[in-house]
Amino acid sequence: MKIHIPTPLRQYAGKQPTVDVRATTVRDALAQLTAEHPDLKRHLYTDDGKLRAFVNVYLNDEDIRYLDGRENAPVKESDNLSIIPSIAGGKRN
Amino acid sequence: MATVQTLPDTATLNKEEILRYSRHLIMPEVGMEGQQKLKAAKVLCIGTGGLGSPLALYLAAAGVGTIGLVDFDVVDFTNLQRQIIHTTADVGRPKLDSAIEKLEAINPFINIRRFDTLLNSSNALEIFRDFDIIVDGTDNFPTRYLVNDACVLSGKPNVYGSIFRFEGQASVFGTKEGPCYRCLYPEPPPPGLVPSCAEGGVLGILPGLVGVIQATEAIKLILGKGEPLIGRLLLVDALGMKFRELKLRKNPECPVCGTHPTVTELIDYQQFCGIRGEETPVVASSAIPEIQPEELKRQLDAKEDVFVLDVREPHEYQICNLGGYLIPLGDLPKRVNELDSSREIVAHCRSGVRSAKAVDFLRQAGFKKVRNLAGGILAWADKVDPSMPKY
Repeated sequence: MKIHIPTPLRQYAGKQPTVDVRATTVRDALAQLTAEHPDLKRHLYTDDGKLRAFVNVYLNDEDIRYLDGRENAPVKESDNLSIIPSIAGGKRN
Repeated sequence: MATVQTLPDTATLNKEEILRYSRHLIMPEVGMEGQQKLKAAKVLCIGTGGLGSPLALYLAAAGVGTIGLVDFDVVDFTNLQRQIIHTTADVGRPKLDSAIEKLEAINPFINIRRFDTLLNSSNALEIFRDFDIIVDGTDNFPTRYLVNDACVLSGKPNVYGSIFRFEGQASVFGTKEGPCYRCLYPEPPPPGLVPSCAEGGVLGILPGLVGVIQATEAIKLILGKGEPLIGRLLLVDALGMKFRELKLRKNPECPVCGTHPTVTELIDYQQFCGIRGEETPVVASSAIPEIQPEELKRQLDAKEDVFVLDVREPHEYQICNLGGYLIPLGDLPKRVNELDSSREIVAHCRSGVRSAKAVDFLRQAGFKKVRNLAGGILAWADKVDPSMPKY
């Protein structure tokens, strides 16, 4: 399956826009992503291993917070996982 | 939703207005009724920058009868690459003076209300009161959360747009039936973890794309036509030219629009976002030994042994440089062995923030003779070499 990496985080993922992983659950997919790109980990997870509140993860067009099983929700090869961080946009203030 | 129910007599169009809006009037989705709704509508634009420029221009051209503008900034040269409401001749002028001049030139039949102020917790609800729809064209997290909460508390839709480099987001938050910004992002990122546009840059046309999407949504809300972006987050990727859409849900536990809200009045958003000032170094500057640009110039001219370390990115080096040795800050830990700790090292970046971090890192790594160029290459351009380009 494909994991879409947003622009602000690409610098921690070898500058790639997408990363391919083989996974059975959302948790598994993210674990493989951070194993492959360890610098991403602190941007996605808190020190106690929870997904950060300002990082949203979508399985196709659905927020994983609203999926049955949340991070344990099953995934298929044809699925797309997207990381959607908050961006403020514009200039410095 | 903030559609206008009964139209006042002042919404009647005169002969000149009928001619001006004829391409609207002949389409059934707008027509005379829709154009009068536009004339009666009051839309507040927060910011007249990258997003606010195209947004305000199109709202004015479309005949939105009252447009409020909130901004306190002054036009500078770096704005002109994307803030198309301002021209080269406007550099140095207040953005509101410049913007209002353009909007009045486009459409003399509209009312413009100006708010020369920084939107904050003590003035937001008062400013919002006279408007039907709020359009968020701001650039920072504290104002995003402030606009969101003020919209929810005053029951007004928040037409949201945000940009970074070549990616954008748009949605409509704060309607009774739909989610708000906090349903999507309950908390802001800690300062420093997400780069700002000043650090990351932005493709100049991107705010054009996203600002026009916001204008479209504002006009649809006024007309009560089409399907607004309520409960949907539109993602725009200008490089791939891909538009994707994600489902947003109203979070029943949302602290501001949920069933048991804990935020019932505006709070201190600077504190909420943990802002210490974006350009403030994480390490106290007093702990970082510095060298002034004039002193570095003297040492270099005297051929003293000084090793200039540039910790910016390679594309910045191409804009201007001091001939220093380039190791981007992020690569420093793994390339530290390229440096000779017995030599005098002066680290610099653009403004002195990243190089302060580099100096702090090197000192912790045992380097004793390392100093930070105060004010970075910008200060060098100001104090030593006026021919040096600034960015």
